[in-house]
Amino acid sequence: MAHILLRHRDIEDLHKFDVYLEHGGYQAFQKCLEAYKPQEVIDIVKKANIRGRGGAGFPAGIKWGFIPKDAEDVYVVINADESETGTFKDRELLEGNPHQVIEGALIAAYAVGARAIYCYFRGEFMDIAAPFEEAIKDLYANGWAGENIQGSGFTCHVYPTYGAGAYICGEETALLASLAGDLGQPWSKPPFPAQSGLYGEPTVVNNVETLANVPPVIVNGPEWYLEMGTDDSPGPKVVCLSGHVNRPGNYEVEMGTTYRELIDDYGGGMRDGRAFKALLPSGGSGPVITADALDAPVSFEGLKPYDSLMGSASVIVMDETTDMVWAALKMIHFFHHESCGKCTPCREGTFWLERVLEDVYEGHGTEKDIQILEDVASNMQGKCLCALGEFATSPVLSTISHFLDEYKAKVHGEAEGATMEADQETPEAAAVA
Amino acid sequence: MGKLREKHEDVIEGLLARYPTKKSAILALMHLAQEEYGHMTQEAMEEVADIVDVHPTHVLSLAGFYSLYYEEPVGKYVLEICNDLACALRGADEFVEMACEKLGIPVDGTTEDGLFTIKTVMCLAACDKAPMLQCNLKYAENLDEEAFDELISNLRAEAEAAGEKPSVVKEVLDYARQ
Repeated sequence: MAHILLRHRDIEDLHKFDVYLEHGGYQAFQKCLEAYKPQEVIDIVKKANIRGRGGAGFPAGIKWGFIPKDAEDVYVVINADESETGTFKDRELLEGNPHQVIEGALIAAYAVGARAIYCYFRGEFMDIAAPFEEAIKDLYANGWAGENIQGSGFTCHVYPTYGAGAYICGEETALLASLAGDLGQPWSKPPFPAQSGLYGEPTVVNNVETLANVPPVIVNGPEWYLEMGTDDSPGPKVVCLSGHVNRPGNYEVEMGTTYRELIDDYGGGMRDGRAFKALLPSGGSGPVITADALDAPVSFEGLKPYDSLMGSASVIVMDETTDMVWAALKMIHFFHHESCGKCTPCREGTFWLERVLEDVYEGHGTEKDIQILEDVASNMQGKCLCALGEFATSPVLSTISHFLDEYKAKVHGEAEGATMEADQETPEAAAVA
Repeated sequence: MGKLREKHEDVIEGLLARYPTKKSAILALMHLAQEEYGHMTQEAMEEVADIVDVHPTHVLSLAGFYSLYYEEPVGKYVLEICNDLACALRGADEFVEMACEKLGIPVDGTTEDGLFTIKTVMCLAACDKAPMLQCNLKYAENLDEEAFDELISNLRAEAEAAGEKPSVVKEVLDYARQ
């Protein structure tokens, strides 16, 4: 199947303006300018039910519809802060197919009446930002950005902007605070960005991949889009496959593809012929799932029966040699490091989760510590300012729930501990080989 | 006039022109300042504060919050190795150990000749190409011991050759020049 999002894999040099134009580029935007009123564009995107690919799955059309119609200064922000552990899809889109992302953002800007688009790259993406910067230059030179675009009377500027290393800036309000030159810390919603976002003005924040879905929908129509995927999650999805598979990488699949197909057909099966143990379906931010969930579909609802979620579809696969307490510790270390420090439950909670888990992992823990981990985690849930603190609890709680025996082996006697230690060395040794 | 203004006046003006407020340009200007001063020195922070009209303590708070700003001196080449879960499943922890041993420094340490600093960092969106690192933000992926040796010897050669070292930050921010 030809790619819809990762089109640069089919078309050489698609990141170049001329090549993109030759392959139908900016026809969707032109169609909007010529044939549709802004509200009609919103209606098409609503009808197609393009759901947010950053992980939350919120329908883009509805988000756009929240922008007040009489607002004068409106902003569209492309969330290119991609920092979730195991996620590397936006990076490929920005580097390989930047024009499709920008075209989607221009269509969004037209739909909500925005006069400026900011693309907020995480600072570490400076190395891959040149094609995007070039794309903007070419847009201005060819009258596709700036004043009076293609003589339509619509004016919109496009600017890249760079963060400086902070996972939390992927959260939309933290991103907007960072873009305004402040600490990247989220604010308590409401107000939502659609009412009061960048500089206090109505703002739409969309993920890179979400925006890349927009131009093909405008060109082919919502019915075409709704034919792909599942009823609740239409369209294509770029899945980031990593960990213990033979062929890690980005794969564009239809929503509804199963996790088993991802591993076996796309990922070339488990590495070294080892048995599957567990996977994290949404990077660090979703509960771990085990073999019984492998036939679930990749979709926003697919993992609900297994108490987990697709999120941004960053699938980290782990084989039978993986020490799950170690894996949980890796994840909680990430969240503790990335907690912005603004709200107490997250700042203190992630600290204690890491500290207690470290004790357990190193063999200094007791059975009581497992209880403490659960207590701390449940005291964070529903009490944090943003989703980071909430997400931080899932790797801990879900590994305790699925792999309690491993936790128990860590905190009990040397006999079991010794077995665990032998197991611990295997994944690392295997990983080096 | 400070060093930044003297050397990069047009880039600075271009960055400021991207936003309706001066303060929004602060992160980019801090990146530029760090390239010029080596790390976030007092002088660097004061100059950035002066350009965007904020108190230097605001710059200091940002330097503490964002992980890409260095508050202490670092080597000419900062090797940021990801050892998050996805990379660690493909040998990143062992790679960090090997790199530290080869350069004779611990994590966060700098070699005596001032050339290399090793840091471990959170996910860099290259999980399928682990072990990997960024050297002064430039990606180096699918690494093993041999590739690491080659990288280090190339960097040593580059350091010995005269001329300014290549800078990802400067190359990208240069697009703001008008």
